[in-house]
Amino acid sequence: MGALAYAYDAPLRSDEVARHDVRMVVVASGEVVPFRELPAQLRRGDLVVVNDAATLPGSLRAGDVELRLSGPVEGNVLCGVLLGAGDFHTRTEDRPAPRELAIGTTLRFGALAARIVARDGRRVELVVDGDGDALWQALYASGAPVQYAHRRDALPLDAVQTAYATRPWAAEMPSAGRPLTWDVIVGLRRAGIAIATLTHAAGLSSTGDARLDAALPWPERYEIPEATARAIAATRAAGGRVIAIGTTVVRALEASGGAAGAGIARLRLDPAYRTRVVDGVVSGLHAPGESHFELLGAFAPRETLVRAIELAGALGLSSHELGDSCLVVR
Amino acid sequence: MTKIHGQGALVTGASRGLGRAVSEALALLGARVAMVAREVGPLEDAVATLRGRGLDVHAIAADIGDKDAIHRIAGQAHGLVGEIGIVVHNASTLGPTPLRLLLDTECEDLERVLAVNLVGPFRLTKVLAGAMALRGAGMIVHVSSDAAVEAYPRWGAYSISKAAQDHLSRILAAELDGTGVTIVAVDPGEMDTAMHAAAIPEADRATLQRPAEIAAKLVAMIERGDWKTGTRVKVGG
Repeated sequence: MGALAYAYDAPLRSDEVARHDVRMVVVASGEVVPFRELPAQLRRGDLVVVNDAATLPGSLRAGDVELRLSGPVEGNVLCGVLLGAGDFHTRTEDRPAPRELAIGTTLRFGALAARIVARDGRRVELVVDGDGDALWQALYASGAPVQYAHRRDALPLDAVQTAYATRPWAAEMPSAGRPLTWDVIVGLRRAGIAIATLTHAAGLSSTGDARLDAALPWPERYEIPEATARAIAATRAAGGRVIAIGTTVVRALEASGGAAGAGIARLRLDPAYRTRVVDGVVSGLHAPGESHFELLGAFAPRETLVRAIELAGALGLSSHELGDSCLVVR
Repeated sequence: MTKIHGQGALVTGASRGLGRAVSEALALLGARVAMVAREVGPLEDAVATLRGRGLDVHAIAADIGDKDAIHRIAGQAHGLVGEIGIVVHNASTLGPTPLRLLLDTECEDLERVLAVNLVGPFRLTKVLAGAMALRGAGMIVHVSSDAAVEAYPRWGAYSISKAAQDHLSRILAAELDGTGVTIVAVDPGEMDTAMHAAAIPEADRATLQRPAEIAAKLVAMIERGDWKTGTRVKVGG
């Protein structure tokens, strides 16, 4: 809503950028560099933390109804949002609510049959009949990743995975990690910058319902391995900085205080938030006014971020989820 | 060091022969095993039998030679068994049998053999090895053959694919050296399997090794964890 309140000369482009060609705005210096120069933009002794959640094939269709999973599959329970007529070419915000579907209704999403057991507006919980193997086989046979409205063609599952994805917990791609090719990862290690992982169930960016959207992001599951907690403690003890690849990593690390274990992240980032664990973040580009832009305010003053976005726009950088990047260090 | 207990494992070609035996041996040591195979019936039978013995094994019906199946396999496997620490690339195809001289081999048949025996394992490793390397541990085993080394007439398509897979194994090992991920090739020798029968129907089965014996040796080597990355080891006779 605030996006239009800010007008600038060169808006960010919105086209997809190949993962090897991503550019990055370094907000502190006001430079734009190829993403592969990330190691040179950090310091020996820094720690980079990534979200290794794989992206679910979380968009499922049953006739004119679309289910978008909002988080991991828990046993035989699916949680998500139902959308009415239309497909991904229509912006989620413009999609109608689904027709009235009573609790107990079974929807057939291709090979996957699921019964509605709870409902709050578009938000639903469904139960799948059948055991784990059949559920996962049907989910991957019938599901597709959640799509982006500004694309002409549907993205295949492989286009929305990072190079280090593991458990399928993410409703949408933890896209800040997309340009982390093995070339960059090897370069970080060579530069004395360690890399650690966590798993965070990145949720939906939009439900199409203003009431539900106002509460996004919903509480999201995370798991932080012992090795990552040790690496964070060692980095901080030695004066290094913790750099999060993506805001999902920021949420998990701030919610956990950097300690190992599983938990639910409930906190919301905004310019008033003071981070306890994370010193910097690599993120996609977003225009001032978008919620994602505002949460970068936890890492830099608004004017600095606005100047960085102006520079990115002038140099033709892209704000697509599969677009260019920025590095913001506190 | 690879302790099998508590790990997630993925085995391809798991419905019969060596793949099934390796799945069983891994599960007996406490791994959660995702068993991948093309034919649903034999796969489900194998999984049902092993589950009946209390083993934590799961079925993923997919063709490793199908490009579009790779991320589905990885996603289903991670959903079913969690993070994957052990991968055994065992699925392979001979191409048409009786085996043909290379100059009689259709180009499409060679392409299909390469898709299953070489490109499939490459694609699957690309999807699975990244997380292993970031975590600093993992074991990737490529099942090879002496046909990868010796030039037996009529084994052309299969031999070429296995020779290339051996080198795939070595190059991956070189590139991931120091990450904690171990990548090896293993030659199991001649076993009494459906594939062997298809290739050499006249063979005396009594002289062939049992897949279970080879699987036990292979899994014992994984458990000991003293395999040097980038090497090619003969497990059977």
